[in-house]
Amino acid sequence: MINRILLVVSAILMIAALYMVFIFVPTDVEMGVIQRIFYFHVPMGWVAFLAFFLVFLASIIYLARRNRKWDIFASSSAEIGLVFTTLMLISGSIWAKPVWGVWWTWDPRLTTSLVLWIIFVAYFLVRSYLADADRRARFAAVVGIIGFIDVPIVALAITLTRTQHPSAIIFEGGLVPAMMMTLMVCIIAFTALFVLVLRERLGMKYDDEELKKLKELVRR
Amino acid sequence: MLSEIRAREGIASVLVFTLLVIVIFNFAFGTNSQLVRSVAPGMLWVTFAFAGVLSLNRAFIMEREEGCMEGLMVCPISRDTIYVGKMLGSLIFMLILEIVAIPIFTALCNLPLLTAEIATITFLTTIGFVTTGTLFSAMAVNTKARELVLPILFLPIVSPIIICAVNASGLAISGESWGGLSTWLEIIVAFDVVITVAAFLIFAYVIEE
Repeated sequence: MINRILLVVSAILMIAALYMVFIFVPTDVEMGVIQRIFYFHVPMGWVAFLAFFLVFLASIIYLARRNRKWDIFASSSAEIGLVFTTLMLISGSIWAKPVWGVWWTWDPRLTTSLVLWIIFVAYFLVRSYLADADRRARFAAVVGIIGFIDVPIVALAITLTRTQHPSAIIFEGGLVPAMMMTLMVCIIAFTALFVLVLRERLGMKYDDEELKKLKELVRR
Repeated sequence: MLSEIRAREGIASVLVFTLLVIVIFNFAFGTNSQLVRSVAPGMLWVTFAFAGVLSLNRAFIMEREEGCMEGLMVCPISRDTIYVGKMLGSLIFMLILEIVAIPIFTALCNLPLLTAEIATITFLTTIGFVTTGTLFSAMAVNTKARELVLPILFLPIVSPIIICAVNASGLAISGESWGGLSTWLEIIVAFDVVITVAAFLIFAYVIEE
């Protein structure tokens, strides 16, 4: 039921977001139309970060409580986080080509995102190499925790070199109200979508677990 | 726990590996002294990072093969002690390696590497390597593809201290004083502290059966 409501809410929000991005918001004076990618790029980054933060929390709770549910939660959230990090990197690249003239630069934020992406690819590699469910959950939790702790240090280390990425425009009020409003709607829309996908994924995995248990019973 | 010291052939093979890496870098970049000077910090830390992966991969293999881990687990010592023991073992191993490798670097590449600055950078970074590496090595040894798992976990996690070490070494080679290095050294120390604390809290969960 909640998923139904979420589906409707995120669908409406997404349509509203699309309307605002393509019709409502004024075109950026300097960058032109391409700047509109911003309204998808930033929410994707936000969702990715939110997802990995949830992985971090769920991993700690798993190690403390040893409830399989939290491992399933962490891995589902990590899956979605990885997808959104990938989308963020790709949309950033598409944006960078016309504006900076290159697909990729070794700028602090780009590099930090890439390292974060690699860490969570490693997270799934570790999971895939372990057959034992309990050990897989424990080791993945360790990667989830250490990986998340590591990210601020990576960011700090790389930021000491020159930066090209526009940094705190959003927080310094450098956006006109219409742009800010569009961005907010997009962020809310993407967050709703994230919660929906996460809940669906969790439901799937719980059913999967249940099915495995039933299979075991039948086999006996 | 300090059985690595006995495993002398381990040190020898990693040393030969280090020497080979230096020689291959020489093939790759030529002998232009100006160029060597600018890529030297990178060479140094690529070598040490890979040597670290090689030696840390071995850290728990002996326990694994001899079934020693179970023995250690039933011992009336805390899990933290096992962690500290393995970490110190790897630290000594790595430091011996670096003490031999840095003069070789100095001689073969004609660089001023035998300084207190380089020694400090190397020592602090190596601590970060082994605290991270020991934790992941204990995990990797229990997986199906253990030689592969350690580097894919270890390298991205230590990337910040590699960045700092490369930058600091570059400055040190060009004769920068301690003041210019301090920011980089501070980040390396911060990494060491954060990872050591986290590893201490987490290690018990990794080795339990």
